[in-house]
Amino acid sequence: MLKIKRNHLYSIIALALLMIFLYWLNANRLQNGMLVSVLQKGVILALVAVSMNLLNGFTGLFSLGQAGFMSIGAYTTAILLIPVQNLDGVYYMNGVHPAIRAFKMMVASSPEFIQIIFPFIALLLGGLLAAFAAAIVGIAVLRLKSDYLAIATLGLSEIVRAIFSSPQFDQITNGSYGLNKIPNFPPMLWGAIPSLITPFIVVAICIVFIVFLIKSSYGRAFKAIREDEIAAEAMGINLFKHKSMSFIISSFFSAIAGGLLAMYMRSIEAKTFSITLTYDILLIVVIGGIGSVTGSVLSAFLVTAAKEWWLRFFDQPLLIGSWQVPLFRTGFRMVIFSILLMIVVLIYRRGIMGTNEFNWDRILKRLKFKRSKEGGKK
Amino acid sequence: MKEILLKTEHITMQFGGVVAVDDLNIEIEKDRITALIGPNGAGKTTAFNVITGGYQPSNGRVTFDGLVIGENYPRSKMKKIYNGTYKTPFEKQVVNTPDKITRLGMARTFQNIRLFKDLTVFENVLIAKHCHIKAGLFSSTFMLNREEEAKMLQDTEALLDRVGLLSNRDEKSSSLPYGKQRRLEIARALATGPKLLLLDEPAAGMNPKETEELSLFIKEIKESFNLTVFLIEHHMNLVMDISDTIYVLDYGKTIAQGTPAEVQNDPAVIRAYLGVDEA
Repeated sequence: MLKIKRNHLYSIIALALLMIFLYWLNANRLQNGMLVSVLQKGVILALVAVSMNLLNGFTGLFSLGQAGFMSIGAYTTAILLIPVQNLDGVYYMNGVHPAIRAFKMMVASSPEFIQIIFPFIALLLGGLLAAFAAAIVGIAVLRLKSDYLAIATLGLSEIVRAIFSSPQFDQITNGSYGLNKIPNFPPMLWGAIPSLITPFIVVAICIVFIVFLIKSSYGRAFKAIREDEIAAEAMGINLFKHKSMSFIISSFFSAIAGGLLAMYMRSIEAKTFSITLTYDILLIVVIGGIGSVTGSVLSAFLVTAAKEWWLRFFDQPLLIGSWQVPLFRTGFRMVIFSILLMIVVLIYRRGIMGTNEFNWDRILKRLKFKRSKEGGKK
Repeated sequence: MKEILLKTEHITMQFGGVVAVDDLNIEIEKDRITALIGPNGAGKTTAFNVITGGYQPSNGRVTFDGLVIGENYPRSKMKKIYNGTYKTPFEKQVVNTPDKITRLGMARTFQNIRLFKDLTVFENVLIAKHCHIKAGLFSSTFMLNREEEAKMLQDTEALLDRVGLLSNRDEKSSSLPYGKQRRLEIARALATGPKLLLLDEPAAGMNPKETEELSLFIKEIKESFNLTVFLIEHHMNLVMDISDTIYVLDYGKTIAQGTPAEVQNDPAVIRAYLGVDEA
């Protein structure tokens, strides 16, 4: 009991420090542009990774449709949020659908309160749309198992992408030109939480929901399906119902993350949500540990930081004396990145966290162990 | 006045041209232990799968507790190739998935143990409690069903205590010794709150001492949980010791039925098990 209380205290302190750090970052955002953008992208990918982990790691459904559901969220959010005065600039080729314009006029003339929360409504709508799509597609797709499910969902994701970039939807999605002038993250709570911190809060709420779900009775049923479908069914668990639940919830949160990604990038096109995006997320999940939420979060930050920031150095030309090292040029960082990945996978066969979750006891134990070791040397 | 809990009428299961179970008629009396025996490949597990909803019979009807839970007749392609002994087709089609049948009160174990291997002993049993959950996904996630959840945890604890696995509660289920894995599988089935417990070769791979313990254990849980038990078994000692009624299957056909003493002396059974003297 005491231990639990102590751990709660540590968690609260850690959260408080994190918030202080975020506010500090907000105050000094101009000097730390790279850090801000890596952290924001990291936290968004963390949400997709966790929602993919819910499906792949906890329910045992090997799905590769994440990018498709992200794009549904991203496009919905983007279309709803592009300011009415920028519409003509964005849809300069084909013009905008009159219904969208009328809707935006309505929002722009609505009371201020609605305008303030509208970005969040847009995120939610994107999520619900993706969840609805998942519910319908799930009826057909969830009958498949393992590799076949992966292929079907992969195809699904490509279909969504093709639809968004098709010329028939030019007036809605702007076809292959993509959408831009998407407003940045909105502030929350009347400015008490600055816009820089918003994605962290939204993602935190979503991940907490997923964690609670996994800990609930339904989460346990998901795990049972992962372990042994036949036994789970014999224990009275309706396979289709529970698989659908997991699929829908995972898609919902992927779409929320997609909406956040649209706000982060400020401009999106269908190409952003190609198969490579799904693979990037799969990579994060595998590196973090299939079946570990904290692993996914941790690895989302590590992978993003390594890819976008820490390894940039390899892309610049390097001079030793007057000799230019031939390998150091644009793209070389990806080679190093891949090599690092292989090393990580070789060392941690089941991902950084395996199926474990972060817990204070283990960290403290390790610290104590180190300290006693050092003490022994003296 | 005997009360019938489970009844199969003319169950015939045909895979392609092979009739795995042919015209099986079983009546399982309430509060009794009934056994289904027969040589390898006699169709025992197939019969189990038909009863629990894993397979749809080619022809026949399964009634559980007064409710028809499965009924079928030869349709489309099966209509042409149907080769069962019982020719009169049934008329309706009733399909229930295994999870529905479990919720109606029929729980089973598997011939090759199917535990949730990476989960703990406690979780294995707790998951089986999920099938009767009243709270929806959201109230469960936001912990609005504290009472229900607490009861699930408490019941699981009590059940583990009763079957003697409480000391292993936080161990991974795959790390248990074989005998205890069998016991855990039965405990997990009990957690669904069944009226009828189906055991598929519960003593497979056990030594004589473990088999004896198992037979005591089955008798014990039958009494304390008010169960009716239906089992498939190879160990004759176990079957003869605990069963009230025995059905003997060979090549899909029922060749004998009766009390252990009757079955033991039935020439057809001896022939099926020991082979016929050609001379």
